[in-house]
Amino acid sequence: MLDSQVTQTTADGRKIGGVMMEMKNITLRFGGVVAIKDISFDILEGEIRAIIGPNGAGKSSMLNVISGFYHPQDGEVWFHGEKRPAVKPYEVARQGIARTFQNIALFEGMTVLDNVMTGRLTQMKSGVFQQALWWGAAEREELENREICEKVIDFLEIQSIRKTPVARLPYGLKKRVELARALASEPKLLLLDEPMAGMNVEEKEDMSRFILDVNDEFGTTIALIEHDMGVVMDLSDRVVVMDYGRKIGDGTPEEVRNNQAVIDAYLGVSHD
Amino acid sequence: MPEQVIFGMEVFLNGLMAGVLYALVALGFVLIYKASGIFNYAQGVMALFAAMTLVGIMEGRVPFAHLINAILGTKIHHFGWHVNAVFGLILTMLIMLLLAVLVQKVIFKHLVNQEGIILFMATIGLAYFMEGMGDLMWGGDIKKLDVGLPQGINLWIDETTYNIFDYGFFIDNLDIYATVIAFILVLALIGFSQYTKQGRAMRAVADDHQAALSVGVSLNFIWIMVWTLAGFVALVAGIVWGTKSGVQFSLSLIALKALPVLMLGGFTSIPGAIVGGLIIGVGEKMFEFLVGPLIGGATENWFAYVLALLFLVFRPQGLFGEKIIERV
Repeated sequence: MLDSQVTQTTADGRKIGGVMMEMKNITLRFGGVVAIKDISFDILEGEIRAIIGPNGAGKSSMLNVISGFYHPQDGEVWFHGEKRPAVKPYEVARQGIARTFQNIALFEGMTVLDNVMTGRLTQMKSGVFQQALWWGAAEREELENREICEKVIDFLEIQSIRKTPVARLPYGLKKRVELARALASEPKLLLLDEPMAGMNVEEKEDMSRFILDVNDEFGTTIALIEHDMGVVMDLSDRVVVMDYGRKIGDGTPEEVRNNQAVIDAYLGVSHD
Repeated sequence: MPEQVIFGMEVFLNGLMAGVLYALVALGFVLIYKASGIFNYAQGVMALFAAMTLVGIMEGRVPFAHLINAILGTKIHHFGWHVNAVFGLILTMLIMLLLAVLVQKVIFKHLVNQEGIILFMATIGLAYFMEGMGDLMWGGDIKKLDVGLPQGINLWIDETTYNIFDYGFFIDNLDIYATVIAFILVLALIGFSQYTKQGRAMRAVADDHQAALSVGVSLNFIWIMVWTLAGFVALVAGIVWGTKSGVQFSLSLIALKALPVLMLGGFTSIPGAIVGGLIIGVGEKMFEFLVGPLIGGATENWFAYVLALLFLVFRPQGLFGEKIIERV
């Protein structure tokens, strides 16, 4: 385990700082089913942290705990050195934690641009009445936010589909739009639930490049769930391995790769 | 020009005006349905309640007067003051806002993730509750509502048409004002939902709850806002209809006329509500004028529903509704 207070620099020159998020002894139950059992790990500022494990290991549940969709029965979530009470998902979003979903949750009826603009909702300050009357700060704010969204759209190379309703897009592009919406909120922590699931090789390469670029250019901390081991090993700084709701490994990709428990549970066995 | 054609034009114009009034009620339904997926049976009663409250406040009536008198044995009915229309409108709007908060906190907050039919049932309960509450608060008598909207024949149109056709059209001033009000309301609503932060959040909630939460939208807040907007639309509809035909129980039944409008226009489209309203309005008036005499008249009572039935059979999503295509 890395010493959390030391600011370090990775081989490719990225800065990794102190602890941003810490999960302490998280236990999550659904009725009699224990989805997560006494798991602790931390996420450092600026790093790419992967959570891997076989199907049903509890990875998505863990991401849902971080983003406030689930509330663990036991354990504590610490964010920026403070214990976080049981908050609602929208409050988590307002604290600067953005996410994408495993099975894509976009606003299908809206255009790509509108979808990305919803990512700015947390950043817009003017109130209902100002907005309704379109007075004062409201208009300027809309333009500023629009500019940021256009930058994100450029960054993810989806300019050509800006005005297309999302429902018409193919799967791979939807995934990218969802990432754009999350990025538009300028998150401190970005949670990606299987960002590359169901993609072909080319799309996976694009997505990997985007994830690395986001981390590199904006210094965004990223926690991601992924099945593709090659991708995980290439992308992440550190990896948590889960199996049947338990943590069975935690460390750099190298360490995890050589961990016997991990090999037994996951790498050595095909789960496809 | 033959007399029949000139009559027809007058009927057509009156049909358009009536259609605008139907559209006004239908709008309230569309708003709530779009934003929360709830079909709000109580929309008509909300219009009645809003109109009653406005009259009550303007005339300085004591709310719950009958109840208070029955319990305390007093004989109070009026505060003895009159409130002007503007102030009365503001107060009524505040009460509708309060109502929205209550509806959300007491009912719909507890029904998140329930099926549409359950939410619909809840609005039926809400309708009966508000109907009783309105009577209890302000009494069940027929009230006269006058917020200063002009009524009676529009002389300018009468004269102009007389000069052209040798026959003056009868167009009610109130209908003209109602049309203008409806258009302003619709433009404002479209502007609000398309170009503001809260409008965007509202559309986001309507589209996907989970995704809306993940971008930091509070469902509770949006729903209160939506019910407030619906209350506002109900107030406008209540004022127009109340001025036209008096504030009385039958006002809540105008909601029934909104149903065929919605089936034509689609439940999810604001422009659809307008066009649907106009088609029904013009359709029933023209049908009565052209076909009515041949089959014994009184077609206005059923024309709208038969038209709606035809739409249900051949185009269930309405003219403008979103067709739901499921990818397999």
